[in-house]
Amino acid sequence: MTFKQMFTSSVGKKLIMGFTGIFLVLFLVVHAGLNACIWAMDGGVMFNRAGHFMGSNVVPRILEVGLFFFIFLHIIQGYMLTLQNRSKRAVGYAVNYSKGSKWYSRSMAILGTILLMFFVIHWKHFWVPSRITGVEEIKLPNGVEVHNLYAVMQETFQNIWVVVFYVVSCISLAYHLAHGFQSAFKTIGVHNKRYHAMISCIGYGFAIIIPLAFAMMPISFYLHWVN
Amino acid sequence: MLNAKIPAGKLEEKWVDYKGHCKLVNPANKRKMEVIVVGTGLAGASAAASLGELGYKVKAFCFQDSPRRAHSIAAQGGINAAKNYQNDGDSVFRLFYDTIKGGDYRAREGNVHRLAEVSSNIIDQCVAQGVPFAREYGGLLSNRSFGGTQVQRTFYAAGQTGQQLLIGAYQALERQVALGNVTMYARHEMLDVVKIDGKAKGIIARNLITGELEKHFGYAVLLCTGGYGNVFYLSTNAMGSNVTAAWKAHKQGAYFANPCFTQIHPTCIPVSGDHQSKLTLMSESLRNDGRIWVPKAKGDNRKSIDIPEEERDYYLERRYPAFGNLVPRDVASRAAKERCDAGYGVGTSKQAVYLDFAAAIERYGKTEVSKQGLSNVSHEEIIALGKEVVKEKYGNLFDMYAKITGENPYEVPMRIYPAVHYTMGGLWVDYELQTNVPGLYALGEANFSDHGANRLGASALMQGLADGYFVVPYTLGNNLADEIYNAPIPTSHPAFEAAEKAVADRINTLKNINGKQSVESFHKRLGKIIWDKCGMARNAEGLKQAIAEVQALKKEFWSDVRIPGEINEFNPELDKANRVADFIELGELMCVDALARDESCGGHFREEYQTPDGEALRDDENFMYVAAWETTGEHEWALHKEELKYEVIKPSQRNYK
Amino acid sequence: MAHNNLNLKLKVWRQKNANTTGAFVKYDVNDISDEMSFLEMLDVLNEKLIVTGEEPIAFDHDCREGICGMCSLYIDGKPHGPWEANTTCQLHMRAFKDGDTITIEPWRSNAFPIVKDLTVDRGAFDRIIQAGGYVSVNTGNAVDGNSLPINKDNADASFAAAMCIGCGACVAACKNSSAMLFLSAKVSHLALLPQGEPERKSRVLNMVAQMDKEGFGSCTNTGACEAACPKEISIANIARLNKEYLRAGLTAE
Repeated sequence: MTFKQMFTSSVGKKLIMGFTGIFLVLFLVVHAGLNACIWAMDGGVMFNRAGHFMGSNVVPRILEVGLFFFIFLHIIQGYMLTLQNRSKRAVGYAVNYSKGSKWYSRSMAILGTILLMFFVIHWKHFWVPSRITGVEEIKLPNGVEVHNLYAVMQETFQNIWVVVFYVVSCISLAYHLAHGFQSAFKTIGVHNKRYHAMISCIGYGFAIIIPLAFAMMPISFYLHWVN
Repeated sequence: MLNAKIPAGKLEEKWVDYKGHCKLVNPANKRKMEVIVVGTGLAGASAAASLGELGYKVKAFCFQDSPRRAHSIAAQGGINAAKNYQNDGDSVFRLFYDTIKGGDYRAREGNVHRLAEVSSNIIDQCVAQGVPFAREYGGLLSNRSFGGTQVQRTFYAAGQTGQQLLIGAYQALERQVALGNVTMYARHEMLDVVKIDGKAKGIIARNLITGELEKHFGYAVLLCTGGYGNVFYLSTNAMGSNVTAAWKAHKQGAYFANPCFTQIHPTCIPVSGDHQSKLTLMSESLRNDGRIWVPKAKGDNRKSIDIPEEERDYYLERRYPAFGNLVPRDVASRAAKERCDAGYGVGTSKQAVYLDFAAAIERYGKTEVSKQGLSNVSHEEIIALGKEVVKEKYGNLFDMYAKITGENPYEVPMRIYPAVHYTMGGLWVDYELQTNVPGLYALGEANFSDHGANRLGASALMQGLADGYFVVPYTLGNNLADEIYNAPIPTSHPAFEAAEKAVADRINTLKNINGKQSVESFHKRLGKIIWDKCGMARNAEGLKQAIAEVQALKKEFWSDVRIPGEINEFNPELDKANRVADFIELGELMCVDALARDESCGGHFREEYQTPDGEALRDDENFMYVAAWETTGEHEWALHKEELKYEVIKPSQRNYK
Repeated sequence: MAHNNLNLKLKVWRQKNANTTGAFVKYDVNDISDEMSFLEMLDVLNEKLIVTGEEPIAFDHDCREGICGMCSLYIDGKPHGPWEANTTCQLHMRAFKDGDTITIEPWRSNAFPIVKDLTVDRGAFDRIIQAGGYVSVNTGNAVDGNSLPINKDNADASFAAAMCIGCGACVAACKNSSAMLFLSAKVSHLALLPQGEPERKSRVLNMVAQMDKEGFGSCTNTGACEAACPKEISIANIARLNKEYLRAGLTAE
């Protein structure tokens, strides 16, 4: 068996979804942690410093390449699997079986599509200016000049529609995680009842806390809880 | 007199000697020899797999959509083996003795001893296949007791032993399919045996999806097609279980032995109405823990739980103190019928008795209390703990009961009544499991050989697997060794053409009757005649009436049956019509056999022949034989007798008191 | 117990054979005892159809005691009907109310082509077993059954997986038509026993390959299969299968 065979079977494709999913879960922890710096109430100094570290240090930059690779793998594989799976039932049911599973478990592709739309806009808001088109510089107390991403956030989140869109996306993320977190661990083979119960528990907690933290960011700026 | 070809010599050496001296087919020749196996239950799947492993080219047939569906799958309680793991005095001889005695001295000593000998190998083989038998905490195999024995020799997998054993055999079979040694023909029904120069050389099978007839050649034909309990319409058999393959063999000259020996199982869910299509068994293993009773007063209409202990009649414990609720099936069934006929029955139909777990639940609860070291435990807690234990042991059976009846058997006693379950009769075979037609074999329930007039619980699985795994691989080789000189016969041979035409003509005739009554309605009427007059109790007058009624029914069937649909398509009504037509003919033979056997033995209870206290009264002087019937014309049969010689066991009246 | 009789309307999928398209046909069935099983209700309808010269509805069934796995039917949006942990043959009419309309569909999956009406071809399951769902032990090779003690918990877990009846409800319930619950039940049954050890890796790889070849979808852990399974086979078996697959795939030469 080659690795190609291994990862192109129905189970192998799922393994890719699971592993990339878990990587993305880890990324969310880092992203949420860094962004939480906005609540340091220091006018964005800590946040901008963290942003500068992520943008200038070689390790996060390498990880960033990996991140993009895994995100696209997760998206493309997800769409391909959804299309393939749909094609397995040429004639559908008149009455759908909805009692046996949660709606969000059956709607991962739709939730994922909302998240993809979010990514495009989110990148346009922050990543593109930061990496490509340029952002106004600001001098940190220690004299280093960095992008003032904090100001970009302040500005972006004055638009109520942007805030609403970010919040809706965070809800999608919550449901995507509610299924995806524990599903990823099942997919990579966690079958032990105790561990599975633990992971489910952590998964639901994660699916609430992380999207909530993200959603609070635009809201915080919009309502001027931070400035 | 028929010759069963039982090897000479001491009983315990017969099979060893046979195996040591039987002829063999060399591996290169096996690869050239096609063998046909019809039916894929325990006997068929195990035979097909074992023969495939030996190198024969096997063609296996089943009417279901997959070989895994065969009705062996429904066996619940367990499989016997003389392992003596419990150190309770079991041995090959004791299993042999119990089986002969349980069969009311109407089985062959040689066959039964062989069965007991190979019983241990079956368990080993199944364990090696990965059959998940129940185990003790030490990791070793667990046993329980079953009716008609005083040792614990029954191996089990919860209430699904048959399923697990069949899945084991099925997997072995599918492995051979994957290796190319077995070709599987699912949704195919055998509709005739093809004979050339007096030997079975193939079959005509109908593809049930397309309706096409197919001709298949084989050096030997093994019928592993189960029993004919569905002649009664209502039975614990699957809806598709049928006698057709065996009956076609009979029509081609194979003798049908002891057809009147049918087993009525004592613990089934009672009939609830006219719509009933089948009856569901509650495993005999329940009698390990359940106590059977009826009210002491006639026509007592109180609810079961309102009847106080002293007003209950535990009639099996009363009549048979030594075996109590674990008497053999025929004895337990008749005792239930006797109570109900006498007016003590319960439930709305009054055709039921109680199977009560209250005592067992309390007993297990108390054991749990001491096991868990609990103190100050209330009665309710004890009962709750006991219910947990009972649930673990019999949960699936209790659930099934609740689904069917809508009652909760953890709270109220089950209502049970006897129902047709197994047929001891079947195609006559010799020691090698070959019928009197050379090249035609019958294995498992399809033959008559090992259970005499009554089968003990947990012995059917044992026999099916013994025949398939450990007997036929030897005996078939012994006969095929001489066939290697004969080239395979092409299916263009006139005998194949003629057989195919005969089958096609019969189907056309059936289809073109275009009458008014459905197949099912005929089957129901047949079932009622046989159940009323050739069921748990028979008498000469009733049997004579039954014969006349069945003959009339046959005439009516062939002039007024209506089969919708086309011949060349998937047509379950046509499949059923083919089967019911054969059941009708068999029904008549059952009555003929029951009428000819002027004695009572095992499952055959002639009312004229009973002891003063209502037990079966055998007549060893005149009826110590196997009745093998040869068809000689419409409604005509000739009786051939095979004398039963008991060299080791001395027949006596069965005593379970 | 008091019993009621029901009058019902049925919407049944009728399809002559695999090559034609089908459609729903409506039937009225009256005076149905609530003590009947669901299949007995269909028997009553079929008897009526036969007598009036119509073709009866073809549906698979055999043991009618919930163990052979032959019966199917997707009833009112659930495989095997409304009751939990149940097969169609054990579903009784108590589950319905007078005046109900019941929609009856066949299992729907490309891997289970329709034979006629409500009957489908589940041969794909047999072929998956052929790919490795067994222990390669010829008759006569076995050692004494007690020579290899097996931890009771493992034996029980193995049995719980081996209870699968191969009915296909998992596939019918799954939005992806995945056969993973069926496959994982067999892989778990044998992976939990020492007898299954020698072929542990090749078994899972070959069976997954065959499943893919048959045209089943992949698992997205929605849990519909587990909820529809008449034998309550746990979805944890699928996670075990994934682990077995990963282990076998990574360590294969």
